Amino acid sequence: MTNFNTDVAVIGGGPAGLAAAISAYENGAKNVIVLDRNKWLGGILPQCIHDGFGVEETGSSMTGPEYAEMYINTAKKLRIKFMNETMVLQFNKNRKIIAANKKDLHQINAKSIVLAMGCREKTRWNIMIPGDRPSGIYTAGVAQSFINLYNIMVGKKVVILGSGDVGLIMARRLKFEGAKVLGVVEILPYASGLQRNIVQCLDDYGIPLYLNHTVTYIKGRERLESVTIAQVDEKIDIIPETEREIKCDTLLLSLGLIPENELSRNVGIEIDNVTGGPIVNQYFETSLSSVFACGNCLQVYDTVDALAIDAKKAGENAAKNTIKQNKKINIKAGKGINYVIPQRISKSGKIRFTLRVKKPCVSPTLRVISGDYELFKKKLRWANPANMVGFDIDISDETIKAKGDLVVLLDGY
Amino acid sequence: MKNFHVAIVGGGVIGSAIAWELSKYKLDVVVFEKGSDVASCTSKANSGVIHSGINSPTGSLKARYCVEGNKILQSLADKLGFQIKWIGKYVIAKNEEEAKELERLKKLGFDNKVPGLEIKDGSEVKIKEPNVSCYTALWVPTAGIISPYEFTIAFAENAVENNVNFLLETEVIDLKKIKDHFLIKTNKGEYQSQLLVNATGLYCRKIDAMLEEPDFQVYPCRGEYLVLDKNYSNLINSMIYPVPPKELGVLGVHITPTIEGNILLGPSAEFIGDPDDKRTTKDMMKTLFNESKEILPALPEKAVINAFSGIRCKLASPGEGGWADYRIEESKNTHGLINLLGIESPGLTGAPAIAKEITRMISKFIELKNKTDFKIRKVKKKSFSEMTAKEQSDLINKDERWGRIVCRCEHITEAEVIEALTNPIGAQTLSSVKYRCRAGMGRCQGGFCSQHIIRIMEKQFNIDVNKINLKSPRSNLFYGRTREKVND
Repeated sequence: MTNFNTDVAVIGGGPAGLAAAISAYENGAKNVIVLDRNKWLGGILPQCIHDGFGVEETGSSMTGPEYAEMYINTAKKLRIKFMNETMVLQFNKNRKIIAANKKDLHQINAKSIVLAMGCREKTRWNIMIPGDRPSGIYTAGVAQSFINLYNIMVGKKVVILGSGDVGLIMARRLKFEGAKVLGVVEILPYASGLQRNIVQCLDDYGIPLYLNHTVTYIKGRERLESVTIAQVDEKIDIIPETEREIKCDTLLLSLGLIPENELSRNVGIEIDNVTGGPIVNQYFETSLSSVFACGNCLQVYDTVDALAIDAKKAGENAAKNTIKQNKKINIKAGKGINYVIPQRISKSGKIRFTLRVKKPCVSPTLRVISGDYELFKKKLRWANPANMVGFDIDISDETIKAKGDLVVLLDGY
Repeated sequence: MKNFHVAIVGGGVIGSAIAWELSKYKLDVVVFEKGSDVASCTSKANSGVIHSGINSPTGSLKARYCVEGNKILQSLADKLGFQIKWIGKYVIAKNEEEAKELERLKKLGFDNKVPGLEIKDGSEVKIKEPNVSCYTALWVPTAGIISPYEFTIAFAENAVENNVNFLLETEVIDLKKIKDHFLIKTNKGEYQSQLLVNATGLYCRKIDAMLEEPDFQVYPCRGEYLVLDKNYSNLINSMIYPVPPKELGVLGVHITPTIEGNILLGPSAEFIGDPDDKRTTKDMMKTLFNESKEILPALPEKAVINAFSGIRCKLASPGEGGWADYRIEESKNTHGLINLLGIESPGLTGAPAIAKEITRMISKFIELKNKTDFKIRKVKKKSFSEMTAKEQSDLINKDERWGRIVCRCEHITEAEVIEALTNPIGAQTLSSVKYRCRAGMGRCQGGFCSQHIIRIMEKQFNIDVNKINLKSPRSNLFYGRTREKVND
């Protein structure tokens, strides 16, 4: 087993890990190492061959591989060390990382760690769809990797359950490859992916979107033969008489993403039950001192641009690593709010918050209160769970000293 | 045409255990399995419990083979390397009336020579099982858990290494008795054998009917299960059973830890017409959860990560009470045919003892001579995730494939996947990899590893991507390459 020291160890070499590593290096960390389990860098980006990446960040629209290349090239010019095909098996409270690759088992002693493990997809069993257990059921991202990385066709007649962005992108992608895409089924009354993807991936190709519908049964003893879909009422209960069978050989699942935090959990880092990611303060530091979190293992972002901005801050803080977590106040998600990040504040200053609302609404007012005192108020034109909301607040020393929880809520919701 | 001494139809746990017993002798043995791997039906989908023998009437074959099998399982595990955990079970009584039933079970167990049975108060149970509330419970120390597929695979693979022929994806479609041998017609050609062992579980009547008029019926009885995430494995330490329901000849919905560290809830008991109807249903998922929650109030709904079902082979209809003993016998009408009928629970436990019985029956037809070169190999090796850092490092230094983690959830390495794919039976489906090394069994359900395993199958085993199946001959995963013409 090898044994070496580093200033910053970044776990995960996707967009978040790359952005954090570059930022850590640029902010003074001399030894930065990125550990990634894949052969390649860029995480999921190399399989995202559609465009739309980097618009907010750079003003030009890139494909996933192009966007990844931009970061990889920058990182490679700097003296950042990369370890590919390297799986982190565990790390402990003293930030000793154990990782395996084809060369050996490695112990890496890091002054600070940035968690950038990304996320995984929900499966059939996250929503317990009854029926048979045939082949032909893929999560959208797995299907995307087979088609785009390995040129393997997963199906010919496809139904997509869930209107997450990966599912919408894959609807169009499968159509391009000659498959029949019979429709996208969404249990909610609104799509969970971005509006631009509804237009560009479904509407432009005449692929129907069935809102308020779900898959109630899977049939096929070997390969998938059909799915049964049905309408649901306001309570999301199935309306039995609306059930109908659709013959298909493939079901793609785009049911949402789950932050990957097995490593974080194993070391005892506090996890937010709503985001599925670590609870962090304004420095993106987790409940374990000198361990930071960014990217989709912190929260599932809607664009890589927003993700990279936060990841850079996490990397910078990991390099400086001078935070004292003595005074803490908690940020709570109030009425209409699903979650807010950061969940804790330990020092005054201008702080950026990001949140997601629970349901779509028009012209709500976003408020941040501390007891009876209102710190912040902003009228929004609209709010939608698919779109992350971001805003900055100046937090005063008095607010920190008062030690009262801050509540973020939505009026007119 | 190859002429075998013994042809076994069915590569479930019974067929595989028989094949292994017979592989000790100088015999030509063949096993026909219609699935793409052994244990592809009932043997795979059950609670994975080693029963003690407290549930079957004294003097029944079920009781006899269960108790006998239970006694020899540990020594078999030591030889073949499959895992057993003797975690014991509590049969819990919720009230005084049910407590009387425990006394009856204890007496039955005593008569069946099951050791160590004890009635415990609710408070004693609470110390061992803090999440379980009961009035009293029967403690059964000789009950254990096993991985049913690992167990079957261990028999089958070691049998193959001792020259038994396992023919996968080979379905027997017709049988004829011609003079002193059987003519066996399969989808892959014809074979001959002197003796024929019908170990086809749910299909035992179908096979028997190819040779004679069966004097029995099979009543398939489906049992659905829910699987809990490993994060909830500390909910219980032993198996928790209710007092068995009076009807249907089943044990009731119980809570069982698995060898892999998950917990199973189930099974239900539903008589169905079609032995292949392994569906899970919404209503039963709900019922299983609710019944389990009665036993284990701390059970959280989000703990459920999977559902499956298995089918029991019963010889008694629900109208007849659902309980019938096994029939393990030479056919009276067809000389050389040995039928194993109605082998349901506790068939997993009984398999080694049943295999010995069949071997005794065969010895009446054919003189059995020991092989001098019979060799035992441990099928299960220590997995990478169970090793010390030193062991892991040493292996990686010897062979870099130990350093490539293919399955992120279970930390399974490329070396282990390749080992699984080179199994002596020749099973090469995605599921056969999963059942041999656990890749794909974790919480991402193959999201990360399946693409890596497919690449290994393609690149290192030269399997055409169109021929890669999930679990059975027609469960193809893919339709060729992109930009290729797809035939409708």
